Amino acid sequence: MSDSAAPLTTADGVPLKVSLRRAVRRSKFKALLLVSPLLLFLGIAFVIPIFEMLSRSVANPEVSTSLPRTVAALENWDRQALPDEPVFEALVEDLREGQAARNLGLLASRLNYERSGMRSAINRTARGLGSMEPPYREAMLDAHARWGELDTWKLIERESSPYTMTYYLSALDRHLTPDGEITMAPDNQQIHVSLFWRTFWMSGLITLMTLLLGYPIAFLLANLPLRHSNLLMILVLLPFWTSLLVRTTTWIAILQSQGVLNDMMVFLGVIADEARWQMIHNKIGTVVAMTHILLPFMILPLYSVMKTIPPSYMRAARSLGGRPFLCFRRVYFPLTIPGIAAGGILVFILSIGYYITPALVGGQSGRFITNYIAYHMQTSLNWGLAAAIASILLFVVVVFYLVFNRLVGVDKVKLG
Amino acid sequence: MAIPSYATRGERIWHYVFLGLCALIFLFLVGPLLVIIPLSFNAQPYFTFTQEMLTFDPQGYSLRWYQDFFTSSRWLNAIKNSFIIGIASTILATVLGTIAALGLSSRHMPARGVIMALLISPMIVPLIISAAAMFFFFSRINLAQTYLGVILAHTALGIPFVVITVTATLSSFDTTLIRAAHSLGANPTRTFFKVVLPLVTPGVVSGALFAFITSFDEVVVVLFIAGPEQRTMPIQMWSGIREQISPTILAVATLLVLLSMLLLTTLELLRRRGERLRGLTPG
Repeated sequence: MSDSAAPLTTADGVPLKVSLRRAVRRSKFKALLLVSPLLLFLGIAFVIPIFEMLSRSVANPEVSTSLPRTVAALENWDRQALPDEPVFEALVEDLREGQAARNLGLLASRLNYERSGMRSAINRTARGLGSMEPPYREAMLDAHARWGELDTWKLIERESSPYTMTYYLSALDRHLTPDGEITMAPDNQQIHVSLFWRTFWMSGLITLMTLLLGYPIAFLLANLPLRHSNLLMILVLLPFWTSLLVRTTTWIAILQSQGVLNDMMVFLGVIADEARWQMIHNKIGTVVAMTHILLPFMILPLYSVMKTIPPSYMRAARSLGGRPFLCFRRVYFPLTIPGIAAGGILVFILSIGYYITPALVGGQSGRFITNYIAYHMQTSLNWGLAAAIASILLFVVVVFYLVFNRLVGVDKVKLG
Repeated sequence: MAIPSYATRGERIWHYVFLGLCALIFLFLVGPLLVIIPLSFNAQPYFTFTQEMLTFDPQGYSLRWYQDFFTSSRWLNAIKNSFIIGIASTILATVLGTIAALGLSSRHMPARGVIMALLISPMIVPLIISAAAMFFFFSRINLAQTYLGVILAHTALGIPFVVITVTATLSSFDTTLIRAAHSLGANPTRTFFKVVLPLVTPGVVSGALFAFITSFDEVVVVLFIAGPEQRTMPIQMWSGIREQISPTILAVATLLVLLSMLLLTTLELLRRRGERLRGLTPG
C-alpha cells in the first residue's frame, strides 16, 4: 500500500514535483536574464526620461530655491495687509544673492507666467539693489508698484511650495486667482483646450477616412488568390516603407496652389486660374496627408483578421437566401470588428501624437496639440507647461494603448 | 474574387464598381510617390509639371537637382550622419532586442504581458513626448548634441520593431527541431548555428531593417537632441521644406523612394526564404 502512495521521484531520489519546480524556476530565471539587458537599457534611455518629464510638469523649485528667506519670513504673514519690514528685508537679501549668482531670470519667468509684470518688477528692482538702503519696505515700494500689491505676496507665498498644479491648469486654459480659486483664462488666451479637441476630432476623422479607404482594400487583398494579393500588398507596403518626410513632401507638391492637382484642374477647366483650391496649410492638408500616411496601419490589421474568415461563411449565408448586402452586414462585417478595433485604435493613437505632418502641411488651422508641445519646448521655453501638455496627451495615449493591449495584445501586432 | 456563377446582374455591376473603387484607392496610396519621380527631373525650380515637361520636350528635363544634391556638402554630410546613426543604433537595437526576444519566447517567461507592453511602448508614446523627455534627460547627463545621445535615443525607438519581428519568428519556430538535432548527436552550439540561426535569421534581419528605417526616417528626436553636427537627412529635408523649398528635396525624395523599394524587395525575399525554410510554401 505504501508503494502506491509514495511520491514519484527522479533517478537521484528527489521528488518529481520539487525537481520540476526547480527546472521551471531555472528556466524562468534564464528568460528574465535574457530580457534584463534590454529592460535595463530601456529603463535608462526611455522610462526614466519619461518619468522625469512627468515630474517636471509639477515641479516648482524656482521660488523656494531663489527666495528662501522671503518664504521663511512669510510664514507668519496674515495675508490681510502688506507684509512688514522683515519680509522686505529678506526679499532684498534674497534678490541680492540671486543677482550675484545670476539666477533671477528663472524666478522672474516663473512668476511672470502667473502674473504679468512680475518679470519687470524683479528685473527693475534688481538693477536698483546696489543703492538700496533701509527701510527696505519704502525703498521696494518705490522701486516697483507690484511690491505694493497684496496679490504679489499671495503669489509668492503660494508658489513657495515645491510642487504646483499651475502648469496643468494652464495646459487646460485655467489659472489660479491670488486667492487660490480656479478660473478660466481670458477668451483670447484659451488655446490649449480647443487644440486638444481639434486633435481628437481630426484624428477621429482621419481614423474614419482610413477605415473607409482601407476596408475595401483589405477585403480585396484577403479574397484574392495569394499570387495576386502578394503583388498588390507591395502597393500597400511601399508607402509604409517610404520616408514620412517624402510622403509629406509629395502632398505639398500635389496640393499646393501652384501644385499638380490645381494645375490639372485649371488645365481641365474645372476651376478658374484665379480660383485655385486652398488645399494645403489648413485642415484639408493635414487630413489628406495623414490619411495617406496612416492608411497602411489600418489595412494591415484588417487584412490579417479578414484572412482568417473562411469564404464558406458568406456562401452559406447566400445559400440560406440572404441578399448580398444583408449577408455582408450580418455575417462578414461582425467578424471583421476585431480588425476594425485594432486598426482604428492604432491609427487613432498614432494620429493624436503626430507632429511632423501637421507642422508641415497644417498651417495655422490644421495644427495639433503636439505642435504646441514643440512651441513651448523651443520657442516660449515654458518647459513646465510643455511637460504638462505632454503628460495629458500621454495619459490619453496610454489609456487607448491599454484598451488596444486588452483587445488585441501588443504581441499580435504584425509589421508588413 | 471570381464572380460566382449564381451572381445576379446587379452583383456583377457592383463587382466591377468595387474593383474600380479599389483601383482608385491604390492610386491614392501609390500615386503621390510616383508623381514626384518625374517632377524631380524638372528643369525649372517649380514643384509642378511645366509646359515643356508635358510635351516631353527634352529641354524641360534635367538632372540639375540631382547634381545639386550630390555636390552639396550639407546634403552629403547629412547622408553620412544618417548612415552612422542608423547603422550604430540598428546594431545596438538588434543585439539587445534579439536577446530579449529569446527570453520572451520562453514558455516560462514571468510577467510576459507587462514586459512586452513596456518594450513596445517607445513605438506607442508619441515621438514628440519621447523627444521632449529625452531632451531633458540627455541634457542633464551631457549626452545632448552628441552622436552617442542620438544613437541611444534611436536604439530605444528601434527596439520595439526588433522585439516584435523576432518574437513573431520565434513563436512560429518549431522547438522539436532542437530536440531532433540533439537526438542526432549535435551539441547545443552546433544546434544553434546549424538549426536555430538559419531559421531565425530572416526575422532578425527584417527586424534590423525596421530598426534602421526607423532611425533613418526619424525627425523629431533628432530635432530636439541633436546639435548642428549631427544633422541627418530627415532634418535637412525638414528644414528644406520649412525654409527654402527647392526641387532638390524632390530629388532626395525620389532617391529615398528607390531606397524603400530596395528595402521592401529585400524584406519580401527574406519572408519567402523564411517560409521556404519552414516548408510553408513549396519551392
